[in-house]
Amino acid sequence: MSLLVKNGRVIDPANNTDGVQDVLIAQGKIERVGKRLEAPVGAEVVDAARKIVCPGFIDIHVHLREPGHEYKETVATGTRAAAAGGFTAVACMANTTPVNDNRAVTDYILATARADGVVRVHPIGAVTRGLRGAELAELAELAEAGCVAFSDDGTCVMDAGLYRRAMEYVLPFGVPVISHAEDASLGRGFTMNEGVVSTELGLPGAPAAAEDVMVARDILLAELTGAHVHIAHLSTAGAVRLVRDGKSRGVRVTAEVTPHHLLLTEDAVRTFDPNTKMAPPLRTKRDTEALLEALADGTIDCVATDHAPHALAEKEGEFDQAAFGIVGLETAVALLLDRLVRPGLLPLATLVSRLSRDPARLLGLTGGSLAPGAPADVTILDPEIEWTVDPARFRSKSRNTPFGGSRLTGGPWMTIVGGKVVHTFGQRGAAVRAAAEGEASL
Amino acid sequence: MGWTRKHLLTMQELDASEIVLLIDTAASLQEIATREIKKVPALRGKTIVNLFYEPSTRTRTSFEIAGKWLSADVINFASSGSSTTKGESFIDTAKNIAAMSPDVVIVRHSSAGAAALLARTLPCSIVNAGDGAHEHPTQALLDLLTIREKKAHFDGLHVAIVGDIAHSRVARSDIHGMRKLGMTVTVAGPPTLIPAFVQELGVKVSYRLEDAIRDVDVIMMLRLQHERMTNGLVPSLREYSRYWGLTLEKLAVHARPDVLIMHPGPVNRGIELSPEVADGPYSVILDQVAKGVAVRMGVLLLLAGSRGEAS
Repeated sequence: MSLLVKNGRVIDPANNTDGVQDVLIAQGKIERVGKRLEAPVGAEVVDAARKIVCPGFIDIHVHLREPGHEYKETVATGTRAAAAGGFTAVACMANTTPVNDNRAVTDYILATARADGVVRVHPIGAVTRGLRGAELAELAELAEAGCVAFSDDGTCVMDAGLYRRAMEYVLPFGVPVISHAEDASLGRGFTMNEGVVSTELGLPGAPAAAEDVMVARDILLAELTGAHVHIAHLSTAGAVRLVRDGKSRGVRVTAEVTPHHLLLTEDAVRTFDPNTKMAPPLRTKRDTEALLEALADGTIDCVATDHAPHALAEKEGEFDQAAFGIVGLETAVALLLDRLVRPGLLPLATLVSRLSRDPARLLGLTGGSLAPGAPADVTILDPEIEWTVDPARFRSKSRNTPFGGSRLTGGPWMTIVGGKVVHTFGQRGAAVRAAAEGEASL
Repeated sequence: MGWTRKHLLTMQELDASEIVLLIDTAASLQEIATREIKKVPALRGKTIVNLFYEPSTRTRTSFEIAGKWLSADVINFASSGSSTTKGESFIDTAKNIAAMSPDVVIVRHSSAGAAALLARTLPCSIVNAGDGAHEHPTQALLDLLTIREKKAHFDGLHVAIVGDIAHSRVARSDIHGMRKLGMTVTVAGPPTLIPAFVQELGVKVSYRLEDAIRDVDVIMMLRLQHERMTNGLVPSLREYSRYWGLTLEKLAVHARPDVLIMHPGPVNRGIELSPEVADGPYSVILDQVAKGVAVRMGVLLLLAGSRGEAS
């Protein structure tokens, strides 16, 4: 079975391609990229005129919630949300129940992904047993089982000595340690950023320094150990400065930023909408400007959503009682196209790179490229479609987003994983539903 | 101008003319307290629910008396011993109470934004009787009414608010109200109890009691909660009291002779206020409490009464 994507503008940063080309896919791999390719006999043809054809987007920070929190999300619903949002692969965090701190859980996630998933799923293992920050998980076996990184995301490993040992221990596996950089003592009891808005609202805040001191610590530990440290969800101008300095000194530090930390500030919390509550919290305009600059210049390596599904009951009541986090898979790409690329704040090719080539390199994944022989993971964007974010129509089980009702121009149009179309805009997921019902399979 | 709001949630959202209308209305209702029969029919047939999720004596009683003097039916709901102990959420409890068609729900809750949450969820009028460390607008209004009675005007007055500003909803509501009426506000306390960027609210900051109370017209002393010590914000009650407790000696040396001493209560006698100051000639603390009933009558009348009818 082969597929020919014709007439699209192909942006493939890994191969320095940006122009109207055709992409021929066969046996689940990229066969050729070139001008006016002939469709082989029996090939399906997709007309991608006025569309943008990219290597499949990779979100290296999602919470699929399975096992243990299936009422929030499952591998099945989370990967459908990913496909609908233009992602062909996700890396899922370890804070499930039980925690992904042993091979049995990793195996379970991978088996569930094979059975129920529609995009590639890369598990991230816990650094410490039970995410308790006290003793190392069995990191070698987790790496062997397929974990692509290690993180206690959701909590910060406060014990610097233990974290140093984790960094050293994983050196032979060639995978990064991902830091949730948030000093627990500086941010104790916080619900939002510490600043003028928290003072007005009387809500306990975490200062930017709670993040900055941990980013500084982790960069120093990376320097000490030679390990690759990746900083999750960077949110402050100070952390940007530290990462930039670390990179300039040759430290193996990388970083990601979420769409909400790029697009929203603490001002959004004035509504007391629990969907503006996340960790790290929304910061200030000075921070969003620094983050955008860093994403553009490569100080920040990639965009990741920190897709954090929660049930309505956890996100509808009192602000200080609500759970942290928002969903992001189904809005991220479209928001960044509309709010950053369309106004000229970020070049389209840079955004494509930060969503495909760069996260693939960061985690050593095979995707992120349209080179012949690469897996045929392709994200096709329509820069002109106009639509309104309607959480009721999310594939995700959860609807906790502050972006509901946003009018957006541009978004994912088709998502192809291993040569199979797993999502098409307009058919509202017909292809995905077909796969779920067994009429087609990935 | 008339009153157009459905809810009273914050002082921040009110403009000066609305604040003055609230105070004027309250002032006109004060004489009810002096009548032999303390009852007017203004809210007859109206139902008011006191929904209190935090312990409160003064504020809840004050609202209850205010409602009863206006002839409304007042129902008290306290969180302990009711459905909350069965695990029902705040929002579910509130919806159930709203289903019984009250005209006004008065809410006190430890979460900032709780009143705003009810205002966007329930069909009735909501009065914020204190939401976390956010706002407590009726306290600010009774403070303002007390100040106006003693000083005859607002413009140009200087107020020092002293103590735990960071955790005080009273401080926030007072700051907004006082600034809108043209008063100068200085907040004072140890830096650990002064919130970040508080100057952005239009106030001055002082870290010395003696400086803060010099030449001010009003000193508002705030209660120090005991848990501030365990959280490492203040080393000890002894030290706090020594540097931040207001005594007659400090007043005599540093304050003006006509200064007003106010406190939203309950007072930690001997900690932030010496008993001699709390009961002394400068103190208007019990005037504040008395004004509280009038202010709450005014608020309820404007929200639930037929427009503009005062008694």
